[in-house]
Order: sequence, then structure tokens, then C-alpha cells
Amino acid sequence: MSGPTHLVPRRQGNWDWRAAANFICGGSGGGLLLWTACASLGGSDLRAFVLAALALIGVGLTCVWFELGRPWRAINVLRHGASSWMTREAIVAALLFCCGAIALADAQQVFALDVSGVLGLAFLYSQARILAANKGIPAWRHRRCLPLVIATGLAEGAGLLTPLALIKPAALIPLSLLLALNAAVRLLAWQRYLPALRRDGAPVGAITELQAIDRGSIWSGGAVPIALVLLAASIAQPLLAVLAGAVVVFTGARLKYTLICRASFIQGFALPKIPVRGAGVTAPGVKPGWENAQPKARDRTKSSELA
Amino acid sequence: MRRYVMVIDLRRCVGCQTCTAACKSANATPPGVQWRRVLDIESGEFPEVRRSFVPVSCMHCANPPCEEVCPTTATKKRADGLVTIDYELCIGCANCVMACPYEARSIVRESRYAYGKEPIASEAARCDSARLGVATKCTFCRDRIDRAASTGQVPGVDPDVTPACVNACISGAMHFGDIADPGSNVSQLLAETSNFRMHEELGTDPAVYYIWNHS
Repeated sequence: MSGPTHLVPRRQGNWDWRAAANFICGGSGGGLLLWTACASLGGSDLRAFVLAALALIGVGLTCVWFELGRPWRAINVLRHGASSWMTREAIVAALLFCCGAIALADAQQVFALDVSGVLGLAFLYSQARILAANKGIPAWRHRRCLPLVIATGLAEGAGLLTPLALIKPAALIPLSLLLALNAAVRLLAWQRYLPALRRDGAPVGAITELQAIDRGSIWSGGAVPIALVLLAASIAQPLLAVLAGAVVVFTGARLKYTLICRASFIQGFALPKIPVRGAGVTAPGVKPGWENAQPKARDRTKSSELA
Repeated sequence: MRRYVMVIDLRRCVGCQTCTAACKSANATPPGVQWRRVLDIESGEFPEVRRSFVPVSCMHCANPPCEEVCPTTATKKRADGLVTIDYELCIGCANCVMACPYEARSIVRESRYAYGKEPIASEAARCDSARLGVATKCTFCRDRIDRAASTGQVPGVDPDVTPACVNACISGAMHFGDIADPGSNVSQLLAETSNFRMHEELGTDPAVYYIWNHS
């Protein structure tokens, strides 16, 4: 327990941009691997995209390795597969790199690529569960954060696959539909997440940070790329689709950075009952710094009574 | 099965921070790290203003979210309810810090001293490099409790085997004992009073109870 006696929830200070990079690169890499495996069912050689996906996941894991307090013991991360999603993420990553390497070595290894795709999805799911398991961060543990993180990774993966349309013009329409669908699902997940978080209660700081990207997530993260990619499909312009994909990837990265580094306010403290002391009676409980509490106190703790 | 808990009578706590100081002395935590501290909460509106002092630390949960997320098994829950950290296994990933809803854990990456860059004699004597870069937190003074097995003393009754913060409390607000024993001090206190545990809604089943009124 560090620092002075904070009462109001404050932003966590242990996971910085390096952790965010793991969720950004790893999530988009996992999504790209899944969609690349699906696209390869048509018989195309998509090893360049497999390589890009593996590189993204590798970059993410390298970033988070630099964040460890004891990086040379990193192998210990594999010890708790029974319940730790961080362990499961590491196991999936190891399997994923093995399958990915086989798929890279031989374009005929369709099975290895298919398995890599499934593992890409598993990697993305593990990352989402890592966040969901953190009970100390209300914005992460909310039940609608998990589908949002998964939807974001899948949308980013679809966005990263759009350059395929430059090589294979015939793939433009299916890629455009894939991106539009994923961007729409992500938009839906976002629109279900933020109001639910506000309704169920969260630290004021977390709500403020997420609210700041709400408009951008709806327009530049959803409406604009969907319109762009549908236009690209209708006028057969693959560059527009790539642009839409880039917008989806950028907005996904911004969303995850905000979630990991900006909206990650800790739980804080609460007193459900005020102790009965001199006055002989109790008083309404307090939960300082929470969105769903009615601000009452004007004192230095800025406490608020429970709704 | 034995389960050690702490019972804190909020009606008695005066916010003197003696428990905080006793903890720092007993565990030699570096500057900026407090395994135990006392929150000073003011609430209400004039003239109905209240001031409450709430000692907080690791809650030694029965369902510790820190243990669940720990990828290395460094964090474990013992049979007697104490949640422990193996500093040799911990990699300092901070996942447990995020999982704990009680702000109980800290990671210090480099040595800190109270007076400048060099340790004073007492700091040099007690500096433990194994604690650098790993998660640390309140242990309920595990070494003292474990000593009870060989001495036959009772934690919570005999000061030698009772957490330092409980021993130091000047107002008798802090109590420690085995909640599984219906005759223990803590069981009797809880039976006689109204109490709560912090953030119970999160399902952590914490082992720190706060008394707020008589029964």
C-alpha cells in the first residue's frame, strides 16, 4: 500500500504504455491471425499477414516483459494455468508461435494456419479475461468490458487484413463486409459498455476519461469507417477500404490505451456504515469519488453519500 | 479449520496511526509503502458532520482475487487464511496489484531510503533486496503467528504471537484471533456487535471485520 492516505479512487500506476501496447498489439495480432486463417480457406498464400500477426503479438509481449519487476524470472509466468489468465495467455502465445512458425515455413500447412487462427482468438480472449479478473479496477471488471475488448481486437484484425484487397481485388467485397460487420459489433459493444458502467457505478475519473472518447468512438471508430468501407465496396476502390481499416485500427488502439492507462481508476474505499460514536446514532455510508453517489460532503475528503 | 481474522472497532479508533508506525517498524517497509494505514474520512454536511478513522491493510480474503490472477503461484492462501507472497517466485507483473480492491499491494523497483540516497544504519541492517521488484503487502505478521505453533501461545491473546499493529493499538480497537473458534476473542466480539466487511459485494470474503455499533 503506497503513498499518502488517498480516499478518492486514483489511477493505477503500475501498468503504463508497455502494458497497453501488449493489449493493443496482441489484441490486433490475435484478431488478424484469426481472420487470416479464415481468409486462407480460399486457398490464398497469406503468410505475410501471418508474419505481421506474429510480429504484433511478439512486440506486445516484449513490451510487457520490459514492465516486469523481475524480468529474468519471466518463465515463472507459466506456473498457474489453473486459474490465472496471464498464465493461459502465455501458454497460448507459446503454442501460437509454434503453429505460426509451421504455417510460415510451409504454405501447404493449412491445418497449422487454421490452428493458429483459433489460437489467435484464444490469445485475444485470454487478454480480455486478464482485464476482467482485476477486481480492483471497476472499469475493467465490468461484465461488458470483456465483449468490448474482444470486439475491438477482432475489428482491428479485420482492419489490418484490408490491404489484402490491394493484392486481390476480388477480396474487396468480403473484406469490406467483414470490416463493416466488426466495426458495427465494436460500436455496439462500446455503446452497451459505457452507459452500463455509469449505471452500475464506477469512479468519477474513469467515467470522465471514457466519456472523453465517447464521441470519437462512435463516429471515427464506428460510423465513419463503416461508411468508408461500404463506399469502397460499392465503387471498387480498395484504397478506401485500407483507409477505413487504418481508422478502425487507430481508434481501437486509442480505446485500449484509454482503458488501460487512463480509465484504470482503482476501487477506492467505502464505509457502508458510519460508526456510532459520540452522537449515539449512525449516518449514511460513504463511498468517496464514485459516479453513482450523490455528492454531499464539502470537506477535504470530498466524500459522497451512498445513493 | 482455523481462520485468522482481524476485528477493528471503529467506535474506538482515534486515528493515531500508532498501528501504522508499528507496522513500519516491525516490517521495515521503505518510504512511501504502508502495509497498514488509517484512513481519515470526513462525511456529511454541517451540522451533521462525521469523522471516521478506518485502519486498512491486506484483508487476507478467503477468495483472494490476487491469488487467482497470480501467474506464478507466488501468492498463496494458507490453510489458516493468511495470504502470502513468495518473493522468490514473484515476477513483479503487478496483476495482483490490479486485482486487489483494497489497495493492499505495492511494488518497489529500487531501494528507497528515508534520508537521501544512502541508507541510515537501521535501514542498511534491515534492507531486504528480495523485496525489490516484487509485490509486497501485509503478512498479518506471519512470523509471529507461525511462532505460536512451537511456543503453544495463542495469536491474538499472547502479544508475542500477535500482529504488531494489534499489539500497538492504544485504544484497544484492534483484535486478532481465530474466527473458527467460537470461544475466541474475535468470535465473541463479532457475536456481540454490528459489523461489516469492506467491499463484501465483490465476493472476496475478507478477513477484516469492522465494528460500527453494538449488537
